[in-house]
Amino acid sequence: MTALRTISMADAIREGLTEAAKRDPSVIFFAEGVADPAAVYGTLKGIGSVIGHERMIEMPVAEAGLCGVAIGAALSGKRPVISFHRVEFALLAMEQIVNNAAKTTYISGGRHHVPIVLRLVVGRGWGQGPEHSQSLETMFSYFPGLKVVMPTYPADTKGMVVAAVEDDNPVILIEHRWCHYVQGHVPEGYYREAIDGPRTIRQGKDITIVATSYMVLEAMRAATALAELGVDAEVIDLRVLRPLALAPILASVRRTGRLLTVDTGFKTLGIGAEVVAETTAKCFAALKAAPQRLGLPDHPLPSSRGLIRGLYPDSIRIMRTISEMLKLPAEREAQAEAELAAQRGSLPIDVPDPFFKGPF
Amino acid sequence: MKSNRALSRDRALKAYRNMLRIRMVEEAIAEHYSEQEMRCPVHLSVGQEAAAVGVCLALTDADRAYSTHRCHSHYLAKGGPLKPMLAEIYGKVDGCLGGRGGSMHLTSPEHGMMLSVPIVGSSIPLAVGSALADTLDGRDSVSVAFFGDAAVEEGIWHESANFASLRKLPVLFVCENNLYSVYTPLAERQPNRPLTQLAESHGMATAHADGNDLDAVLSVSSEAVARARRGDGPSFLLLDTYRWREHCGPNYDNNIGYRTPEEFESWRALDPIPRYRRALESSGALSAKAAERIASEIAAEIAEAFAFAKASPLPDASAAASTIYA
Repeated sequence: MTALRTISMADAIREGLTEAAKRDPSVIFFAEGVADPAAVYGTLKGIGSVIGHERMIEMPVAEAGLCGVAIGAALSGKRPVISFHRVEFALLAMEQIVNNAAKTTYISGGRHHVPIVLRLVVGRGWGQGPEHSQSLETMFSYFPGLKVVMPTYPADTKGMVVAAVEDDNPVILIEHRWCHYVQGHVPEGYYREAIDGPRTIRQGKDITIVATSYMVLEAMRAATALAELGVDAEVIDLRVLRPLALAPILASVRRTGRLLTVDTGFKTLGIGAEVVAETTAKCFAALKAAPQRLGLPDHPLPSSRGLIRGLYPDSIRIMRTISEMLKLPAEREAQAEAELAAQRGSLPIDVPDPFFKGPF
Repeated sequence: MKSNRALSRDRALKAYRNMLRIRMVEEAIAEHYSEQEMRCPVHLSVGQEAAAVGVCLALTDADRAYSTHRCHSHYLAKGGPLKPMLAEIYGKVDGCLGGRGGSMHLTSPEHGMMLSVPIVGSSIPLAVGSALADTLDGRDSVSVAFFGDAAVEEGIWHESANFASLRKLPVLFVCENNLYSVYTPLAERQPNRPLTQLAESHGMATAHADGNDLDAVLSVSSEAVARARRGDGPSFLLLDTYRWREHCGPNYDNNIGYRTPEEFESWRALDPIPRYRRALESSGALSAKAAERIASEIAAEIAEAFAFAKASPLPDASAAASTIYA
């Protein structure tokens, strides 16, 4: 029986990695600064002391080469976990990811497997700017042969981290930096959760909100505010972007008749575009309103806190969009918006909202 | 130079047979290509046989090799079976990859022919990764990355070399310098300095050999393999050779202007196969009659393998969506 305690997602990642590595001696870790004092935001801290420092492999600043090395090790019986401090650094390794990680099982007719986990961190806030805060999950989700996981809550994260390490396929784990701080009840010890698709985290009958990662938290806050307005929103945490399991979303939209997607990345060609397209094609007759999408605008993400005003979707925009879809009275919606704004108070916009720390 | 006497007679004959077999397979592919039944690009290894055979003769089945788009010679030299190779090039169900890969992805993991990857430099780190796994697990296997002279222009070669040298991993970086990247000569792509310098700057042992001299290739390969198995780290082998036919396809293209017929003829005079045969004959290891018999045995094998590949059915389209995931 596992006890429940409250820890952060970053700690949940560390626990998941540690538990998986304890059970399987073939698990090895690669990172730039794999055992340095920061230990990739603390997520690798102390693992070497538990499993042996020889399994913690310092990675020269050579993302493509070391991603290839990790894939080669995976072909030869290892289960490498390779961590990138920002998703942008993994762009240097894209050829290895797209060709050798994603296709080797296929071109070998299943004789080779590539059991590798690539951890990619999405940055946000504190002026991260154009090349340290991109949410590029769509790029990685494009390729059959990869699995892409983008968790929000600590318990899910720990369980899916364990499953990712144990998976015989390449798994891309996209971690939003602001989700690292999210607290939640997480089982102790070994805990595995299947990488099997979305999770409905709030049931409702009026609209389906499909969100990823940090945007799930914004969607949940909006759902709470919408409840005050008499709107019962269903919130689905997409969690797994590939393979994309749409069945729970289709079932939900058939009940609610409305769909809003909220991306952490660009709206154009975002994951929400795929969800909306497939849902519209398959649930057209059930739709009561045109599906809507929220996401980042079509320009690079600037550094200044002046320039990012209004940039990121938030609970207010989500609520406003849903009010329009449901044609709610404007005055009541405006009042609810004001209440949400007041909750945030004078908090600067470039730091995580403590409201989202949970525990969830 | 090490003479054939350094080799057992059986091993020398095996080397000769393997080189001749690769040559005859490639020539047969070139001959049949115009039938348009092999409907995929082919990058033939004609002229470069000694490099593949010499290196692989120094290896065991437990050693792993990774190759490139020009992988036919490596696949055959490492022990990959002929029928699945040809069936793969014919796009047939009995191909080594069931038709998924074609000529540029030849693979036979059972023989240590791990993977062929057509993106230049892409398979180099995979060999380093295999070597890392072997080292961590205490196996004494060696991993080989075959690549051409253009691959050292890729950043990933340097990243791989740096890491392999740092950790003293058992890797052979085998650079077959055939002087051209498609149509562009080496001198238009790289400054005039020995390619071995690149590896030396990464702190690893290097050797430069005549890539058309089987004994020379085997000699430097054997030393490199021994060094790797001793735990003394990777080696870079620079093997000078020449691609006889066009970059991609079955034809000769000395007439189109990027290289001269004279240059080709000067390299053809260094053809590794008659060279080795002459050496074997003069040492008494091979008689003209035995050479004849080897050639006819190979010809019969090739004829049978082509018949097999042609007779094999095309894969069902439904198989295109299988084994995407483990």
